[in-house]
Amino acid sequence: MSDIVYSIENLEQIYGSRTVLRVPSLQIAQGEVLALVGPSGAGKSTLLRLLALLETPTRGQVTLHLDGRAVTSATATIEDRRQIAMVFQRPVLLSRSVRANVAYGLRLRGKRNQHDRVEAALERVALTHIADTHPRTLSGGEMQRVAVARSLILEPRVLLLDEPTANLDPYNVGLIESLVREQNQQFGATSVLVTHNVFQARRLASRVALILDGDIIEIAPTETFFNAPRDPRTAAFVSGEFVY
Amino acid sequence: MALRSLQVTITALGICIVIGIPAGAALALIRFPGKRLLTALIYTGMGFPPVVIGLMVYLLLSRSGPLGSLGWLFTLRAMILAQIILATPLIVGITMSSVLGVDPGLQPQLRALGATRWQIVRALLLEARFGIIVGVVAGFGSVISEVGAVMLVGGNIEGRTRVMTTAIVLETRQGSFDFALALGIILLALSFITNLTMVLGQGKLSSS
Ligand SMILES: Nc1ncnc2c1ncn2[C@@H]1O[C@H](COP(=O)(O)OP(=O)(O)OP(=O)(O)O)[C@@H](O)[C@H]1O
Ligand SMILES: [Mg+2]
Repeated sequence: MSDIVYSIENLEQIYGSRTVLRVPSLQIAQGEVLALVGPSGAGKSTLLRLLALLETPTRGQVTLHLDGRAVTSATATIEDRRQIAMVFQRPVLLSRSVRANVAYGLRLRGKRNQHDRVEAALERVALTHIADTHPRTLSGGEMQRVAVARSLILEPRVLLLDEPTANLDPYNVGLIESLVREQNQQFGATSVLVTHNVFQARRLASRVALILDGDIIEIAPTETFFNAPRDPRTAAFVSGEFVY
Repeated sequence: MALRSLQVTITALGICIVIGIPAGAALALIRFPGKRLLTALIYTGMGFPPVVIGLMVYLLLSRSGPLGSLGWLFTLRAMILAQIILATPLIVGITMSSVLGVDPGLQPQLRALGATRWQIVRALLLEARFGIIVGVVAGFGSVISEVGAVMLVGGNIEGRTRVMTTAIVLETRQGSFDFALALGIILLALSFITNLTMVLGQGKLSSS
């Protein structure tokens, strides 16, 4: 395997008195697309927030490796954080035009006159026709596409996506998937993708992890995960008959 | 006199805004011990009887009071001070609740887009802008319409500390109802024009 982007050790995330995530050890390689699957409440979004360095783990370490430096949520500078972009499960947009929302991350970085980049990003998620609209009136799927566009425009080294296609029709699912793939293949971005759609995991991911009740039950290359899973629960999950 | 009214109002309101909006934002966004107590005090301040504030400022500035050496009593400064004490809690309280009213899910998402702490504060204030404008309008209303406190600490001295509201009181007492009414209409017009300006500004903000 090539360079490591993330390493997790002895991670435990506890909310109140409940341990919602336990990851004894996990490495994520540069350039891979890792899909996280599992039932609702399993801890997928929690893992994503930890990878985004937005939360500090209760126990253990989540380390991001950038150009040979090891960075954690405690030590990450703003420049380090800006290598990561995350699309949240329930996107919240700013009450400005769609275009301004897409341009927001660039403006934060002091890049103001990037008109072409913004228009291109809008075009890529097929939102040009509503670029001047206020987000208040957007449909769920449109909001999700704005959220994807405002992250992708930043060309992050790490792209974290929390069910980015949950509200979308097949055409737009295909659109988003090709954007993630493009980001991965052209810029070598590492992606971690949460999805409830096992077919999507199969289409996009190089590795898939099944999370059940806070534990990673199985993590394997996509081929193996779907065709020769070690754990019977993975086999059950993949075939759609699921045991909780 | 109308000019003096505006001068006092604008100076007081300006200082209220400079203190009130950052304080309101801080109260909404920062956790610190004693926050609930402070919040309760501010809510109290939002509905405090102006004349009591006038009395307190009077005692503070009177010759034997702790700030008596400033010599501010019966000057415009005393009036401005009373107005600030009167209107700042309004702006703080309304700013705080407007910022708290912004979707709590927004903050981590801005952070994930690479916003610094200050960039987040800025964005949240912009999100809360309509509420904050309401706070400023309320502050303006309470400042420009104030009589009791201003009369007490300013003394309603002709040519120096007499403003529209105190003049109206005086003229009414002296039976010059026409003059009092005319002053009232001018005051209303001033208030309307200022508010209209703010509403137009708000429209501009929302389309940006
Ligand atoms: N900030 C928090 N405080 C307390 N509990 C939390 C918090 N965040 C998540 N949880 C709990 O942790 C568990 C895992 O949540 P998480 O959002 O990671 O699940 P998920 O796998 O993403 O589920 P879904 O597929 O429904 O989005 C849930 O039971 C949730 O209630
Ligand atoms: Mg989730």
